[in-house]
Order: sequence, then structure tokens, then C-alpha cells
Amino acid sequence: MMSKRKKLGREVAIVGAGMSQFGLFPEKNSKDLFLEAFLEMRDSVDKGVDLKEVEALYLGNFTNDFFTHQAHWGPIISDIIGLAPRPATRTEGACASSALAFREGVFAIASGMYDMVLVGGVEQMSACSTEQVAEGLALGTMPYEALAGFTFPGIFGAVATAYFAAFGASREQLMGVTIKSHNNAPLNPKGQIPLTVRDLMNKKAASFKRKEMSVPSWSDERDFLRDPQVNPMVAWPMHLFDCCPISDGGSCLLLTAADMATQFTDKPLYVAGIGQGSGRGFHASPEITSFEATKYAAQEAYGMSGMSASDIQFAEVHDCFSIAEIIHTEDLGFFAPGQGGHAVNDNLTALDGIMPINTSGGLKCKGHPVGATGTAQMVELWKQLRYEAGERQIPQPDLQIGLAHNLGGTGGTCTVTILERR
Amino acid sequence: METKPFNDHSFYEFIGQQQLMGSKCEDCDTLYCPPRAFCPNCGGTNMAWHQFKGIGNLAAFTCITVCAPQMIALGYGRDNPYCVGVVHLEEGPKIDARILGVNAKKPETIKIGTKMNIQYLEAETENDTSFMGFSPVK
Repeated sequence: MMSKRKKLGREVAIVGAGMSQFGLFPEKNSKDLFLEAFLEMRDSVDKGVDLKEVEALYLGNFTNDFFTHQAHWGPIISDIIGLAPRPATRTEGACASSALAFREGVFAIASGMYDMVLVGGVEQMSACSTEQVAEGLALGTMPYEALAGFTFPGIFGAVATAYFAAFGASREQLMGVTIKSHNNAPLNPKGQIPLTVRDLMNKKAASFKRKEMSVPSWSDERDFLRDPQVNPMVAWPMHLFDCCPISDGGSCLLLTAADMATQFTDKPLYVAGIGQGSGRGFHASPEITSFEATKYAAQEAYGMSGMSASDIQFAEVHDCFSIAEIIHTEDLGFFAPGQGGHAVNDNLTALDGIMPINTSGGLKCKGHPVGATGTAQMVELWKQLRYEAGERQIPQPDLQIGLAHNLGGTGGTCTVTILERR
Repeated sequence: METKPFNDHSFYEFIGQQQLMGSKCEDCDTLYCPPRAFCPNCGGTNMAWHQFKGIGNLAAFTCITVCAPQMIALGYGRDNPYCVGVVHLEEGPKIDARILGVNAKKPETIKIGTKMNIQYLEAETENDTSFMGFSPVK
């Protein structure tokens, strides 16, 4: 499809970013979670900001209606952070809800309507049982999928079987993603599971010993992941360690018109490219081993930025399930079809690889409070591009361009955002 | 001549009558299963019913142990997984369906590309929508 090169009406910058601790916090609600992110964002604005200047809020949230029996989160959050009576709009795109909020905020500034807006997302999942969460998330599947009996992990399991058959891949590639994400995890103080697979293996062994059970002699991390006793099947070939956890959390970013950005910081990030695509579910997708919404979103974002995949130095990629990260790194053009899994096992996507993927630990370890994930991915780009990522800082001397890819549902909504430090 | 509307309700009614029915765009010949009333391909609304043979190849599958609520209600669970997948119909469209006649406890034995045909099941509960599946051609 030929598409004209789309440009924003005026340029947009990010001048502040924050996220709450991600994890399981049954004692906190969405107001608490978002406030935590908001206060960190406020403190991140280098030269300070009068938050009364914020003109509007765009808030991503997927299923608080279902999980908390409360909808209408835009004005509720707006009140908590002192923005009311200014406008607040909730966006919903399943697990890509806050990336849509980000886009709306960018468009609001690019249109000239506003000069400063807050965008973010929040999700509160842990108050529900695992079964209820699974049922709530299944609201984000496409028509016919859930009716046929598919669960969320089941959809990605089916994608994996098609991928395995097409490219001769196996669970060995999936395990590489899990091990890599967990290697980054202890370096992220905001993450939910700050442990390597080896840490988990040692913990499990200790727990077996405590219970006076015989401890299996796992030879290495992969051997551990192959053991169904510790890594049970969820939906073939997705096992427990292929799936991201249930999480609570919030995240947000402060956007301004680009020509104002240096009033607030000497290190703003600029929105170089944004894209969004829609997918059609198995019944109408041209391919099963590729997400057409990701490809479309990438084409838009690359087109706007004038960049290509080879210009991207690192990325946060939506790894709700291990197979998703592999396929998306192909759809984004980082690796050829069928090569994504090999790239992981060759350490190309490690923190010190040529294309670091999910330095935050990814959804797998950082956590996936679905509505908060999109803007939380951009919080990671913010930290990396400003060399504020601490122990997990990518060891490259001139990081300038990062990409965030957010997927909603089973591929129904995908967004790609390219951020640039100039 | 069949006058049912080209929608999901009609699709499931036909399944209840053991017929796999979709629609065909009379303007551009595109086939849809389940049926559509509007053709995204050409923008036409000139649809006709089309009966599918119910034969295709297994394009993707999974065996689910952490089950969907409606499947738990049918007795499936960790020790009794079920298989669900995508069948690429001979006529072109892909369809989501239960996969029957395979060993869901041994997913390694299930092969992509296996030729499948449709099986109609008795609905197990009033809300059971999984009363159609595909199994390997013997």
C-alpha cells in the first residue's frame, strides 16, 4: 500500500516521565497507583513545572470497569492530580490503551489546541482472582476467538505453533526470550520480578529442600525451564515462564510543544515518529506468523520519522508472551522473518547486544498493568536516552533513537513510537 | 432462496443445522466464513449464501490447561486440556474452532498442516458456542 508521508502539524516533546512501582498491591487502587507515577513525573522535570499549566489529560485504561466495577477513570484521575475541571479523556485499546492516550496527547498539541498535556495509563488487576483476570483480558480478543475456546495465552500459543512449523523453531527460542528478560530484571528497581531465571531456580531448590522434597538437579536455566514441575504448561507451547504476570501500576509523561521544551529541561525527547495499526484476528488475518497491525504501525512511524529499522538503537517490544517478542522484532524490521528467535539466542537483543530489546525486563519481569504499559515503555526510553537508567544503562556511547512497540489484545491494536534525543 | 441476514446469529443457526455457511460477494467473488453483509474487499453489499465443505488444513493450534470459564464449566481443566485452533478452509477463509480427535495431553503429536474436516457436536449447555469443531481426516 502506498502511503503519503504523514507529519505532525507541529513538533511535540516529552519533558517529564514517571511510573509507579509495578507489582501486586491489593491495598492500592488506581488513584494511588497513578498518583505515584504523577509525582515521579513531576520530580523528573529538570527545571520544574507549574502543573496548573497542564491543559488536558489523556488516560489509558483497559478493564478497570470489569476488574474494579468502576468506569469513567478520566475525571477520577484528573481530580486526584488537581487537573479538574480541565478535560480528561480515557482511551481504550486493550493492552495498548496508554499508547493511544499518548497519541491523542501528541495530536492535541500538534493540532495547536494545547501546549502542554499529560498522558498516561493505569490498571489495577490484583484485586481479582487469576480466573477473573483471564476472563477480563479475554474481553480484548477478537470475534470468534474466545467463542471457540481460545484464552489469551492460547492465542499466542497457536501463533507459536504456526511459527514453529513455518521456521523450524522450537521452545528453545522462546526460552531465550525469558532468560534474556530475566537477566535485565534485577537491574530495574521499579519492576515486579527482579530476579534472573537462575535466582528463581535457586529459590525453587531452596523451597523444595525446606519442604523436604527431593531437589531436581537442573543443569542450567534451560533445563529448569524444561521441567513441567516448575514451569507448567498454560496453553501449548506457552508455559508459565512464557507469560507476563498480573500487575498493578501507573505511568505518565508530560508533553509540550517542541518549541517550549527547553523551558523545562535541557534534555527533552522529541517525538520523531508515531504509528498505529489495526489487526483482524485469525479469521481474517493474511498471516498467522506476523502481526499486520504492527507492520502497519511501523510503516507509519518509520515514514513520519524518515528513519528505517536500522536507525533504531534499542527498543521496548510488547512481550506479553515470549513468542510475541520474537515475531514483533521481525515485524518491526530488526530481524528477518524466522530469525527473531535466533537473534535472542545469539545474544543480539541482550543489554550489551547490537539491538537491546526490553532493557526494562519487559512485560515479563517489569510487569504488565495493561493500561499503564504503553507509556511505561516510553518511560524506559526516557531513562535510557537520557542516560538515567542506572545499572541497566545500555553501554553505548551515543544513544539517540529508541522505539516503543505496544500491542493491544491479540493484535487488534498496535502502536509504534520513535523517540529521539537531539 | 435463503433469506437469513448475513450475520453471526445466522451463522450459528446454520451450525445448529449442521451446515457451515458463509457468504460470497457476488461482485468480487470474495468468500467469508463466518458470513459478512458488507464486503471489505470491494465495498459491495451484494452477498449470497455459500456452503463450505468443512474441509481444510490445521494452520495453528494450542492445548489449553488454564481454561476459559465456559470450558471449565464443561469439565476441562489442568488435567483435562482441550485443543483449539485455526483451520484454513479449502475455499480460502480461516476459521477458529475446537480441534477434536487429537490428544490434547500430547500436543507434540499434533501436526500443523493436518487435513481436517468438520464435526458437529451437541451443545453441552445453553450458552455453549463450541458445538462445532474439526478433527483429522481418517
